[in-house]
Amino acid sequence: MASLKLTDIEKAYGVTKVLKNINLEIEQGEFIVFVGPSGCGKSTLLRMIAGLESITGGDLQIDGQRMNEVPPSKRGIAMVFQTYALYPHMTVYDNMAFGMKIAKASKEEIHERVSKAADILQLTPFLERLPKALSGGQRQRVAIGRAIVRDPKVFLFDEPLSNLDAALRVATRIEIAQLNESMPDTTMIYVTHDQVEAMTLADRIVVLSTRGIIEQCGAPMELYENPKNVFVARFIGSPAMNVYDCKVMETGEKTRVAFEEGGHSFTVNVPSTPDQKGKPAKFGVRPEDLRLCEDGDEPLYKCEVRIVEKLGEVTLLYLEPPHEGEEALIAKIPGTHDFKRGEMVTLTADDEKRHLFNEEEISFRWIGKE
Amino acid sequence: MEQLASALGTVIVGVLACVAYFYGSNWLLDRVFPANAASAEKGIKNLQIAHAVRPWLFLGPALLTLGLYLVYPALDSVRLSFYNSDSTQFVGLDNYVWLWFDDGFRQSMFNNMLWLIFVPAMSTFFGLVIAALTDRIWWGNIAKSLIFMPMAISFIGASIIWKFVYEYRGEGSAQIGILNAIVEALGGDPQAWITIPFWNNFFLMIILVWIQTGFAMVILSAALRGIPEETIEAATIDGANGVQIFFLIMVPQIWKTIAVVWTTITITVLKVFDIVFAMTNGQWDTQVLANYMYDWMFRGGGDFGRGATIAVIIMLLVVPIMIWNIRSATRDSKGH
Ligand SMILES: Nc1ncnc2c1ncn2[C@@H]1O[C@H](COP(=O)(O)OP(=O)(O)OP(=O)(O)O)[C@@H](O)[C@H]1O
Ligand SMILES: [Mg+2]
Repeated sequence: MASLKLTDIEKAYGVTKVLKNINLEIEQGEFIVFVGPSGCGKSTLLRMIAGLESITGGDLQIDGQRMNEVPPSKRGIAMVFQTYALYPHMTVYDNMAFGMKIAKASKEEIHERVSKAADILQLTPFLERLPKALSGGQRQRVAIGRAIVRDPKVFLFDEPLSNLDAALRVATRIEIAQLNESMPDTTMIYVTHDQVEAMTLADRIVVLSTRGIIEQCGAPMELYENPKNVFVARFIGSPAMNVYDCKVMETGEKTRVAFEEGGHSFTVNVPSTPDQKGKPAKFGVRPEDLRLCEDGDEPLYKCEVRIVEKLGEVTLLYLEPPHEGEEALIAKIPGTHDFKRGEMVTLTADDEKRHLFNEEEISFRWIGKE
Repeated sequence: MEQLASALGTVIVGVLACVAYFYGSNWLLDRVFPANAASAEKGIKNLQIAHAVRPWLFLGPALLTLGLYLVYPALDSVRLSFYNSDSTQFVGLDNYVWLWFDDGFRQSMFNNMLWLIFVPAMSTFFGLVIAALTDRIWWGNIAKSLIFMPMAISFIGASIIWKFVYEYRGEGSAQIGILNAIVEALGGDPQAWITIPFWNNFFLMIILVWIQTGFAMVILSAALRGIPEETIEAATIDGANGVQIFFLIMVPQIWKTIAVVWTTITITVLKVFDIVFAMTNGQWDTQVLANYMYDWMFRGGGDFGRGATIAVIIMLLVVPIMIWNIRSATRDSKGH
């Protein structure tokens, strides 16, 4: 039993509000990932849930109980820190047992729980060692073990893998995924700015922006396929989505847009209202959704190749943008191709892979919803 | 004015003499062993010799002064301790035997032990507590500066300040000591504090605690800041309260620093002299080793043999702590 409810949560340092209007409901057993650019307040939000940071506005409920003023140790949470935060003067065993010793649990019970956690994390051979005699990955496992021993209702992770090297990161990520599976009732909240971690681990991703608000919250694929606004569209996916200014030419069930007034126009499979005709908008398409135009396809865009990067399984094309001064258009074409600099290519994308955002950068698919 | 001028003159002459020595000796060395000698072989050889000699040339004055003012007196003290009062006759271990049965020495040793336990413990304890508490309040830095200030006062100066604190005036006249003023205000009888045997030791120790707390506080405060904040947060989540965090998480992490602070103060305490000298001069059972040494060495005609013997004992007590202290300090700075 551990559902969380955040209502109008707000965090202010003095007069600067770093987080505002945070509304979020998390169900028991869910794996939630907070992502967002550096400094957007992911850690702050997590620490507010943990009780390490005061909540300056709104309500935090765990299992229907208001937790704003409850001390961290009484919230039923455990936290894994980016820097591991192991007690350097205690052995691995004592590190994991500390919380239970403070709670005056019996020796047998402590021993049982610590042994079990050590077993799950393959830490048994290291129990008598000090943290400084462990590798980074082992230290992080001890930190996770310490959290497991607390038997929390909610697990909090703050970028737990960012201090590990690439290979270890993958291995530990998989371990965390397994841990999550073996504890189906435990809610987990995980902060990262690694997209792969977010996409692979999350049941739902919460995207925060530097404005200090939740931009979108949903399943990873939903965010990828149907982003609510330009920020989310460009934040999820790598390389980021190509987004360019355009004009609405025709409205209706489908919308017809063009990069230039009177220039080549194409359709986007989103409905629009007549009042939007002639208005500026933003057209978006993911690099991996672009392909070379073949017979029968509606051409999207014809332009000059500027840079070619062959990566083996894909070829990245950096192309001339629709307007002077805009970022290069990137296309990710599967396989190896021999494009030349200066060559003209015609690109297209499937109907439902084309995105359109209005002047406020809201996706047409989302206008009027919610 | 005249003093100032002569002091300034001495400084200038001293600095110039140093410059002249280093520059001159270096020049001379290059002259005697020129690198551009007749044959290339000779030149290389000269270069090697000059290379070997140069460090000694530059270190020479410092080594000489150190030897003259530190090593020689230490060795000579040991020698003197085997001679009679005017150093004319070898007496073997007589002085040490005398010391063993001497009441004054026993009392000094006992008092020194009291000092050794009380002063480092109290200074470190107060320093630690103050360092931990002042980290969290906005006026913490002001408080720290105030507490650190006694460090800048000489022991004699501090003793004079505290003499006024403990000052006692005979019956009938107004009490000017703050302690007696407080006691009177609370309805008690004024006391001649520093003449009350046994307890007067503690009144003297408080002076040193007052001075050394600042030192302990500054070092420990830096150490406390080095503790990763996350370990404290993790302990908070683990359910530890403030006192538990302090003793189970923070103190163990700075244990080495505490030990260094403790031993550094211990060494100061072993050598304590000025405070006792200025406050009681060892009367009313407050004698300590250093003052006792001074007594025998210079008072009542002076007994160099016995004085030196006490000096040797102090040295023997200090050296092991010093070695331990230096070892752990260098080990710490290497970051193990
Ligand atoms: N004590 C503080 N006083 C004022 N501002 C603060 C304080 N702590 C954090 N902030 C601000 O709050 C914002 C959010 O910080 P936070 O650490 O939550 O970011 P983050 O999303 O975790 O970033 P990162 O990905 O780099 O870890 C930042 O802009 C930071 O400058
Ligand atoms: Mg962070």
